[in-house]
Amino acid sequence: MSSTSPRIAVLTFPGSNDDRDALLALEGLGASGVPVWHADERLPDVAAVVLPGGFSYGDYLRCGAIARFSPAMKALAEFASEGGLVLGICNGFQILCEAGLLPGALRPNSSLAFICRDVVLRVESTDTPFTAACAAGQQLTIPIKHGEGAWFADADLLAEVEAKGQIVLRYTDNPNGSIGDVAAVCNERGNVMGLMPHPEHAVDPLLGSTDGALILGGLVEAAREASRTPASTAVG
Amino acid sequence: MKATVLVRPKPGILDPQGEAVESSLRQLGFSVAGARIGRVVDLEVDASNPDAARTEIERMCEQLLANPLIESYEIEIQA
Repeated sequence: MSSTSPRIAVLTFPGSNDDRDALLALEGLGASGVPVWHADERLPDVAAVVLPGGFSYGDYLRCGAIARFSPAMKALAEFASEGGLVLGICNGFQILCEAGLLPGALRPNSSLAFICRDVVLRVESTDTPFTAACAAGQQLTIPIKHGEGAWFADADLLAEVEAKGQIVLRYTDNPNGSIGDVAAVCNERGNVMGLMPHPEHAVDPLLGSTDGALILGGLVEAAREASRTPASTAVG
Repeated sequence: MKATVLVRPKPGILDPQGEAVESSLRQLGFSVAGARIGRVVDLEVDASNPDAARTEIERMCEQLLANPLIESYEIEIQA
């Protein structure tokens, strides 16, 4: 059994559209990408799961609100509760918030405009598997492309996640009205993270930046480590 | 039994849709001091009486129709 190429699932919902880019980026970083359809009730044997960007269920009701009822989401919640690594990108972040796996909610951008451009992020915490390859305070250039990316938490929740070190990335120049300039949050345990920017679109110099490879590469490394040890002790 | 659920952004939550509509109304010459945009869900539920319907719809709101972190809801049961 080789653990040199960790298996990472990419969960596709009806309306996901960055699933193939995520698979391509992960494979380029040394992972073995495993496509998983949302209707699957069980996750394959993988060391991590990525929820890709897109417009699951047409963003009906609220972004991510319907996708959380997909059969695979129950298995994902169990996987996460056992310490499994889960990364939600853009719509994946929205889904994780709606599913209660991450704190907060995503609201329409303050400008009401769909924003598609590179943004600069500051690494607030390197104490997560996703940012372990980054330096504290490091600035990353990664694109965003969303209409509803303003992370919201009320004052109490914001104070709580700040105190617990769950804010992982912040925008240096807030593009969307996100509370506290938050671009990425993780759960208390640190094994589940969501971010609005798209690291999978910043893994090749041809695309203008390779900073996304730091995030996804961190995930691949952590997945490689997790493949060697039982999931319950992989993170913590 | 028919019911209507009104879902609103909670006070203090930025509502850019409402702001855009407010500004457009002003451009039309209306004197508007505020506009907030929510959502209407018309429901037809199987319930024996209005109280039972309300209890059931409250659960729907908590679990799906509204996100309690950012939205409030109001339930109107049609007689």
